[in-house]
Amino acid sequence: MSAVPTPRRKQRRVASAASRYTEKAIEALIYLCGLSAIAFIVAIFVFIGREGLGFLVTHLVEMLTSTDWSPTQDPPVFGIVALLAGTFWCVGLSLVFSVPVGLGAAVFLSEFAPPRLREGLKVIVELLAAIPSVVWGFVGVMIINPGLQAMGARIGLNGLNGAILLALMTLPLLVSLGEDALRAVPETYRQAAIAMGATRWEMVWRVLLPAARRGLLVAVLLGVGRCVGETMAVLMATGHSINIPKGPFDPVRTITATIAAELGETVRGDAHYQALFALGVLLFLITMAVNFVADFALRGRRTR
Amino acid sequence: MVNGTVIPLEVRDLNAWYGTRQVLKNVSLAVRPNEILGVIGPAGGGKTTMLTCLNRTLELAGGRSEGIVRIEGESVDKVDPNELRRRVAMVLPLPVGLPMSIYDNVAFAPRMVGVTNRRELDEIVERCLTQAALWDEVKDRLDQLGTRLSGGQQQRLTLARALSTEPEVLCLDEFSIAIDPVTTMRIEAVLVELKKQISIVLVTNLLQQARRIADRTAFMLLGSVIEEAPTEELFEFPKDKRTHDYVNGKFG
Repeated sequence: MSAVPTPRRKQRRVASAASRYTEKAIEALIYLCGLSAIAFIVAIFVFIGREGLGFLVTHLVEMLTSTDWSPTQDPPVFGIVALLAGTFWCVGLSLVFSVPVGLGAAVFLSEFAPPRLREGLKVIVELLAAIPSVVWGFVGVMIINPGLQAMGARIGLNGLNGAILLALMTLPLLVSLGEDALRAVPETYRQAAIAMGATRWEMVWRVLLPAARRGLLVAVLLGVGRCVGETMAVLMATGHSINIPKGPFDPVRTITATIAAELGETVRGDAHYQALFALGVLLFLITMAVNFVADFALRGRRTR
Repeated sequence: MVNGTVIPLEVRDLNAWYGTRQVLKNVSLAVRPNEILGVIGPAGGGKTTMLTCLNRTLELAGGRSEGIVRIEGESVDKVDPNELRRRVAMVLPLPVGLPMSIYDNVAFAPRMVGVTNRRELDEIVERCLTQAALWDEVKDRLDQLGTRLSGGQQQRLTLARALSTEPEVLCLDEFSIAIDPVTTMRIEAVLVELKKQISIVLVTNLLQQARRIADRTAFMLLGSVIEEAPTEELFEFPKDKRTHDYVNGKFG
């Protein structure tokens, strides 16, 4: 070993030093990227929090007990119960459609579709995700609206309309995340079930779905987060009327639509302006809570 | 029929392909009642493919086969594949504890055929786990996840699951590849005990394993059965030079 010539050794040491610097630089860059993501979230929260948090704290009781949202009245009333009801009504109703269809499609893609069909369908599903929400709103107004009226709705722009749109918008997310979760189930589980004489359906139902349930839950929760924050489509399609819904055909108004529709009309810094920011804070907290639950579920899957 | 008894499993002139690649060439084998048939040979010789023809999982893996496979005299093509897979149980190389409780792992197959009576299930679970030499280690924690067991325990759980369908033939594909020697010896003892009731096909890459417990052994090479004989005869007095070279460690 002592016969190794010195110059060659030196050369190698220089090269490794250079690569070590590159390594360090890349590491620092990645670190910075990670930090910036956190910084942006904090900055957004600080921004909307500064305008709305104070209002939220001082008016919390009024907001959560009154169903009357009349910000321009004198004196103004800032009850958000109806808005919250509108948001959760639309989201809940949309899940009734999107969860069975989305997860069903995920099972079909991952377990039953022949490879070529699967690739084709995945492209189409991803295309669905690329449709802007204002276009969905347009679909709601022009297509679903008359459809619902034909089915007997007094007003076609209502909670059900918004829910259908939300379902369509979250389907791509549910399908692709759901399929990922199913594909992450080891092939050996499938083989083991089949080797015991399970049919494909029994294999899916008794082995795959239980094994992938955390991943599927994450898919649904991320879908919920997306629904809660969706604005334009629900603004256009839900009828935008303050109302605690008693049935799917009742028009509703969501938190997001309220902010989008009213922020332009407010005077900067007045009570109405602050109330809208308080709604923003609330929305932020809701979506964050949903994402935390999703994250928690995912972590549970990893450590198991 | 041999001496008036039905042959549990018989393979005759079996050919199999993946796409255009032929992986089995005129394979003929028979498993006699209450024996362990060892199948040895280097990797890529078609041993696993042969097993997938026995429970008709070859078609699921995208292959196709021609030839005759009979279970108790009946062509497997005439048996419902799910029913067939309960009669020809398979233990795969890697231990697989399904992500459910130990109890549910073993009760899985019986439940699929409609056994719901709790006492009946209890009996099946205890019987299979005892047969697989795992009962004493897990009897106090049957509700624990099967995936939490050690590799060797999971392989015995896999064996218990395979037995839960009361198969006529048990096939094992290199079952000891991922487990420790002590567990391997325990499972070998289990197999010797089990052959009193059923017939066993033991595909193995361990020559000594075949020598220890197989009654007869077949040597497969490049998709063909080169030689099949009582185990001692095959190892001590192989008729074919290739068999001789393989069992003496000259290639493989």
